Amino acid sequence: MSATVSVQPAGVWDVAKPQMRNVLRSKWLFCYALFFVVATEGLLRFTGGDAKTLLSLANVVLFVIPLVTVVYGTIYLYNSREFVELLLAHPLKRRTVYFGLYLGLAAPIISAFIAGVSIPFVTRGLLVDARGPLATLLAGGAALTLAFTALAFCIALRFEDRLTGLGAAMAIWLLFALVYDGVVLFIVSIMSDHSIEKSLLVVSLANPIDLVRIALLLQFDISALMGYTGAVFNRFFSGAIGLGVISAALATWIGAPVFLGLHSFKRKDF
Amino acid sequence: MIRIAGLRKNFGALEVLQGIDARIPAGTVTGIVGPNAAGKTTLIKSILGLTRPDCGIIEVDGERVNGDELYRRRIGYMPQIARFPSNLSGAELLAMLRELRPDAGETDEELIRTFGLGLELSKKLNTLSGGTRQKINAVAAFMFKPDLLILDEPTAGLDPRSSSVLKDKILAERRNGRTFVITSHVMTELEELADEVIFISDGKVRFSGSVRQIKDLTRQANLERAVAELMRSGAAA
Repeated sequence: MSATVSVQPAGVWDVAKPQMRNVLRSKWLFCYALFFVVATEGLLRFTGGDAKTLLSLANVVLFVIPLVTVVYGTIYLYNSREFVELLLAHPLKRRTVYFGLYLGLAAPIISAFIAGVSIPFVTRGLLVDARGPLATLLAGGAALTLAFTALAFCIALRFEDRLTGLGAAMAIWLLFALVYDGVVLFIVSIMSDHSIEKSLLVVSLANPIDLVRIALLLQFDISALMGYTGAVFNRFFSGAIGLGVISAALATWIGAPVFLGLHSFKRKDF
Repeated sequence: MIRIAGLRKNFGALEVLQGIDARIPAGTVTGIVGPNAAGKTTLIKSILGLTRPDCGIIEVDGERVNGDELYRRRIGYMPQIARFPSNLSGAELLAMLRELRPDAGETDEELIRTFGLGLELSKKLNTLSGGTRQKINAVAAFMFKPDLLILDEPTAGLDPRSSSVLKDKILAERRNGRTFVITSHVMTELEELADEVIFISDGKVRFSGSVRQIKDLTRQANLERAVAELMRSGAAA
């Protein structure tokens, strides 16, 4: 029998690094980055790099990142099933494998998004002028990637059947990206006689996409384009406090699914 | 080497393992056989800690399998389906596994040479044939010189030459004192390799003993006939 050894056991990074290399080389990720290059370049070319450009870009980001991340994340975990089993047959803690897979997937997606959006700003020499709102946009996109990758992991771990899982991923996206706005409008229209502004504040915390949207709008200072929850939010929280509340809520939107997924991963029968 | 007692596992309403008791002695090759859906893979995955049994005990060298990962330092696993990250090369995959085992010391990469894998290792894994991936799978299982090797249908998808190379390796490492647990549908292969046979059907151990004993019991000349006879009598009972 091998004697007890005091070598540092393999950590999250040892699992994440080859996963990152694998994802970074995928054609799919290249297309994802290219999409952001083309979208950003196009908007800059036609509008000129003011707040309106960033706002249009923000709408694209808020729409595309959750959709692509949750769908790709779900498929990725299903496709990695046999490899995850192989990893778990090694002397690794499940927690190590889980965080390795999560970082190994989320980090390349985030870097593709950041590179794709930044490159046109850099080549046009607009990086310095736009740095504040652009930084918010990139941070918001990164936060959404982290949240929806974690949601994707929860889905893929919860449903054994791939088609059901893919359906659930689409449903999550539809819920946050489309259904939510409809529900908010519906509530506002039937409750117009009452003072519901405070409850709308709570409602906006329930949607990570809306949170990023509000953060961007606070930053861009265009209250007319803020949408209902944004306008209400701006009245109650302005400036640093508003961003603080949003950041805390987004951190919860990342942390909660990450730990929910970890819980399932630890208990799962592979 | 391995002691299993009262092992039960349900998947929903399906009782996959219904109280498995078994011993796998050190330094032997034990074949696990049985009809499809008998619970062979679930049993193997329970030993590896991939599946958590509902109740029962598994001990590997006296160490309880209870969620701690360190006992797996001594285990090499060759899963039935070899699917790896598609954009990595074989060499990168093996390098990755080496980094996951910082305590491993010198590795055994003899199979790379005997399979003639040299050139294949620099290609992306998704461009390789299923058989070539299965060879890399075998290399990975033997690489860390484990005391216990768990091989799930090891020769499935291998051509006769590669299959012989792998079987030679198994027999050589058995002579070095390593323990093997092998599932296979190819009985002639198990007849060549196995010392002991555990026959599982409907989640229970129906027979456990040497290859000689199973042939004597069923009065059959070879393992394939003997196992077929056990399946028939099991179906009748």
